[in-house]
Amino acid sequence: MLETRKANGEVITGSVKLVHAAGMHARPAVKLTKLAKKFQAQISIRASATAEWINAKSVSKIMALRAARDSTIEFKASGEDAEAAVAALVKLVAADFPDTDP
Amino acid sequence: MNMQLDIARQAYKGRTASIGFAHGPFVRVDAVPTDGRAVGTPRDEERALRAALFSAGRQIAALAEAAGGEGAKILEFQVALLEDEEFLEPTFAAILDGAPADAAWISALAEQIADYNSAADEYLQARSSDLVDLRDRVLRTLRGGDDATLKIPRGAVVYADDLPPSRFLEIDWSDGGGLALVRGSPTSHVAMLARARGIPMVVQLGAVSTAATTALLDGEGATLELDPTLEQVGLFERRRELHHKNRASARAILRRPATSWNGEKIRLSINIQQVEDINHPDAQYADGIGLMRTEFLLTGRTALPDEDTQYAAYDSMLRWAGNRPVTIRTFDAGGDKPVPGFTEDGEANPFLGVRGLRLCLRHPEVFSVQLRALARAAVHGNLKVMFPMVTTPDELEAGRDLFVEAVGGLQSEGVDAALPPLGIMVEVPAAALTIDRFKAAFFSIGSNDLAQYVTACDRSNGALAALIDPLSPAVLDLIGRVAEFGTRSGIAVSLCGDMAGDPRCISALLSRGLRELSVNPSALAHIKRAIDELSREGGRE
Repeated sequence: MLETRKANGEVITGSVKLVHAAGMHARPAVKLTKLAKKFQAQISIRASATAEWINAKSVSKIMALRAARDSTIEFKASGEDAEAAVAALVKLVAADFPDTDP
Repeated sequence: MNMQLDIARQAYKGRTASIGFAHGPFVRVDAVPTDGRAVGTPRDEERALRAALFSAGRQIAALAEAAGGEGAKILEFQVALLEDEEFLEPTFAAILDGAPADAAWISALAEQIADYNSAADEYLQARSSDLVDLRDRVLRTLRGGDDATLKIPRGAVVYADDLPPSRFLEIDWSDGGGLALVRGSPTSHVAMLARARGIPMVVQLGAVSTAATTALLDGEGATLELDPTLEQVGLFERRRELHHKNRASARAILRRPATSWNGEKIRLSINIQQVEDINHPDAQYADGIGLMRTEFLLTGRTALPDEDTQYAAYDSMLRWAGNRPVTIRTFDAGGDKPVPGFTEDGEANPFLGVRGLRLCLRHPEVFSVQLRALARAAVHGNLKVMFPMVTTPDELEAGRDLFVEAVGGLQSEGVDAALPPLGIMVEVPAAALTIDRFKAAFFSIGSNDLAQYVTACDRSNGALAALIDPLSPAVLDLIGRVAEFGTRSGIAVSLCGDMAGDPRCISALLSRGLRELSVNPSALAHIKRAIDELSREGGRE
């Protein structure tokens, strides 16, 4: 369920299953965008293979995904820290959005 | 004054949520000023909106900081929206096209709000209220100046559809005032806040004329009178005076050493939400602490509290109480009290979910820290410990095993520790119905949750307020059963819910055999007086 791979050296993609019981709700969405904003890379997210990619740094867009539990979340990133960004985001979702101590 | 005789009396009747009287300016809090702003060039409008967004962000950040814990987490979503360029983009686009800032903001949010409202998921629907909250906060700053939220005059009668606890905390109640709600519920969190602060509150008034400038709010009679005549004011002031006279006599009674009813001693203790609550001037007259909640230790911090932090809090209560008993309730998280990193996320039905002792037993690593702190404190005073949300005797025994283990662990480390008397909260009907099976040292009836579970009514749902009446025969019957078992077996039974602080319920509780009640410090005087009055009436029900 956890996988990252490098595609043609530039765009990094990763996918992970959403285990959060209530789906992609406000708190997970806030945590996800907060983490995404820590990276310079352009990061996109989608919750189904056929859906449009949306900006992973926009909480309103992520809420609009209406991603349900067990859906597969895909990330796509480009930029200097793209690899680290996708790895961190995949880890966040896989670990079910834990609270991290600042 | 002749003019006023022609105006129909604007008097409305609701339900009491908190007793008291308020005569002051009538202010609708959730109404956004409608007076037109001077519309400038698109550049001016963009700048005005940016400033309003910035100021709203600052207000929310300040509120989050003051609220801490859960409140802060809830507000984070609004903060994130304010930092979301894609969320703000349609508004700025409309402004560039010539729309005034406020109109552009309203119409951009209307779409999003409608979107949330149409969601199949109840949780997502509820998020629309966050957007409405944010929309109105920005509009208030945009239309009414920077500190619009602070413009509620002191002593005002605040009128709103409903009021989230965060908005209540935002208002300056230091000069009194009152709360009049169109909907709302006496069992809501706001009602609890109002009672704790002694602010009169009347709910379920329905729509009232909002053009009024002055209001009389009578929390005892549950009435709201708008733009009152001199005659109305006179009658109101007489009721207020009588209330104060009663209060004065209550204060005199408060100072008497013991409360008795028909010659029997009634033990009156206080409920404590946080350590500071013992600073209430009336707290000293209590017979002890009947319920010390410990959830405050879980909120407003980034990590769960360590053993020493907890020990310091418990120990300070025991020091304050001296020889008087202090009953501390272990963490009652979950339900409507989620704690990030501890409670289960996304339960479909959190009130029927993993909460209270159920949650603690699932997290022995968290629970044992609390039990160790309690075992250390038990050495120094008259400590009793109770578990919340217990359904079966096995749960009590599982909790006891962990407690015994904690005591043993401490003692083997050479630390003084003792196992205090262990009791349970009686709030699950299953426990109340099988009370004789529990090997508890004492029982404490949590009437709020008991009434909620017996009547199958969410206590925060105003539409059900009439059904969740604590004086309903079903609730009283269960309370009577537990009290009767206590009398028969010699096991102490107390009641620590809102019923104990409601003078109308006292007669029913005493006549069913209860001799121990625990109330908020602010209700102590009234309840002591109510018992005194009943006693002088000869205890007739």
